[in-house]
Amino acid sequence: MSEDTILIIPCSGIGKPFGTIGRDATFRVVDELRRGRAETNCLSLLVMGDEEATRQIRGSRCIAVDGCPLECARKNIEIAGGRITAHFRVMDLLRENRGLRPRQVTFLDEDGERLAELLAQEIAVKVDELEGQR
Amino acid sequence: MRIRPKIGVVSCSGECCGLGTVSRIATRMVLEDLKAGETVTICLPLFLAGDSGERRFAREFPTVAVEGCSKLCATKAIEKYSGRTAATMDVEELLEGWGADPPRSRRVLTAEEIVTARRVAEEVARAVGEIQGDLHV
Repeated sequence: MSEDTILIIPCSGIGKPFGTIGRDATFRVVDELRRGRAETNCLSLLVMGDEEATRQIRGSRCIAVDGCPLECARKNIEIAGGRITAHFRVMDLLRENRGLRPRQVTFLDEDGERLAELLAQEIAVKVDELEGQR
Repeated sequence: MRIRPKIGVVSCSGECCGLGTVSRIATRMVLEDLKAGETVTICLPLFLAGDSGERRFAREFPTVAVEGCSKLCATKAIEKYSGRTAATMDVEELLEGWGADPPRSRRVLTAEEIVTARRVAEEVARAVGEIQGDLHV
């Protein structure tokens, strides 16, 4: 794990669509838009104190993606000693796109998919910026 | 009036692989459909990021952990911060037993993979039913 690694960690929000949107956006970036240039890992590994995951977090530049104001991703990264270089909040994106009203949690509806796409684009731009700072 | 205690169902976050996605979707299927109104959930990272209210979860609700892989993050985190789990469902083990392949994508499941997630959800619902039986709900 290089210190240049970009690690995108979404929250695990499961009660409302916002967590699903953050998670979906993260996968769009690491598996499609910036494949091979950014990684993700399970937030729950940090919660249970996994040593390897903690080392990875500490050795990476982290992007936290949070669904709700409780900001579990940011807080857990910080508790693990990680360095947060960017923080995205789905709630902020919702405020900027008031016409979009996601309702489905398990499988995103059309508005949820659109928000995930928009968020993924923003995260991808941030990945490009961070790469430029190497 | 008799109050029916709810059962907790907590999924691992499972961002590292498609099995985590199955775990999460199966959990939602239990909450929304198979055991709607009888189950509750919590976001796993809240055990660390939240307050004492979140940490009371497993003590207040008999809890089933739904795990994407053998690392058993949900079980370990619940037991570290909140209380004993009532049951653990290992999705990787279930799929191996059924001869089902893990999902190819962690973002979008195919129709066949959604059927597999439903089978997992039914197993979780069965475990919930057994716990309810033990509680004489």
